[in-house]
Amino acid sequence: MQAMHSLRDTVRHPQFRAGARDMASLTLGLAAWGLVTGVAMSKGGLSIPLALLMTFTVFAGSVQLAVIPLMTVGAPMWVIWATAICINLRFVIFSAQWRPYFMHYPLRQRMLLTYISGDLTYVLFMKRFSEPREGEGQVEYFAGATAASWSAWQLSSVLGILLADVIPTHWGLGFAGVLALLGLTYSLVSDRATALAAAVAGAAAVAAFSLPLRLHIVVAIAAAVCVGLMVDGSSGDAGRRARGAAGGGKASPRKVRSEKCAG
Amino acid sequence: MSHDLYVFITIVGLTVVTVLTRSFFLIPEREVALPEWVKRGLRYAPLAALAAVVVPEVVMTQGQFIATWQDARLYAVAAGSAYFFWRGSILGTIVSGMAVLIPLKLVMGW
Repeated sequence: MQAMHSLRDTVRHPQFRAGARDMASLTLGLAAWGLVTGVAMSKGGLSIPLALLMTFTVFAGSVQLAVIPLMTVGAPMWVIWATAICINLRFVIFSAQWRPYFMHYPLRQRMLLTYISGDLTYVLFMKRFSEPREGEGQVEYFAGATAASWSAWQLSSVLGILLADVIPTHWGLGFAGVLALLGLTYSLVSDRATALAAAVAGAAAVAAFSLPLRLHIVVAIAAAVCVGLMVDGSSGDAGRRARGAAGGGKASPRKVRSEKCAG
Repeated sequence: MSHDLYVFITIVGLTVVTVLTRSFFLIPEREVALPEWVKRGLRYAPLAALAAVVVPEVVMTQGQFIATWQDARLYAVAAGSAYFFWRGSILGTIVSGMAVLIPLKLVMGW
């Protein structure tokens, strides 16, 4: 059970199809975004082989979009790498959450799994599996979702790279990606605490937008986590005592409705 | 250094960044002791990251809060949101939003 299942077993698992199906509703947005990223790489002066190398190795859309203008003007490499690290800080936060699900795999497989997982896989997976459990086909679901997102992203990126001169970007195609994320955001809002956390994150992101290196996203996550903890009534000593008195163990934030604001 | 070599080395570095940031907390073998409240708080991270990306993309232009109602994105988001709360479909959110956005952009020039 420790080793990863064979590829064939994984693909045949019903959860693989479930993951691919959940991702499929998002692939239209993902593909529009990949197309725009591909066009940006070509128009940013990357040769076709280098643009292809970038899409198949870096595999991080928002990083690619952010660093292409820097590469075009020949910015120092360390500046580009630092920019990428900041944009990817959210993945560092995500990796803390992947840990209980993937720690039983060997290091190299763990790194492979997280390398191929983007934002969408993470969000869909965490929405479906609130706890790590064996026998639920969790890694199969992960593989299905990732296979769908990887193919949609790479196909559309390659198309964008090759057809950069004929794809009309003034139509606002890239906005399809934003709409996909919007729908996904709505689907995660389940109660007052999550609605408030989303509103705070959005407002904080706008307020902190002028920060360099897209750090406004990290600020927004921090703000929303604080507000979420306050609203679900279990942060701080008051909340912990209240939960202890009620004999509560690890109630999930979704279930604990704002009994009391501890802040 | 030729520009192509510069780009090549930069891309290799960026790949390392992707691998290391995505696997960061999965690298240590030993238990990473995260306080309970951090674990609970992290459940809000995916939602927050999404909202932090989406909201500025809708209400800001070139880093400024938009000052006009003649912006196709606002109506696209209204249409997409309405569809989502009606049917709960993400695909429908994308399609209805784009169906409003593209004509407004091409015909009205918003």
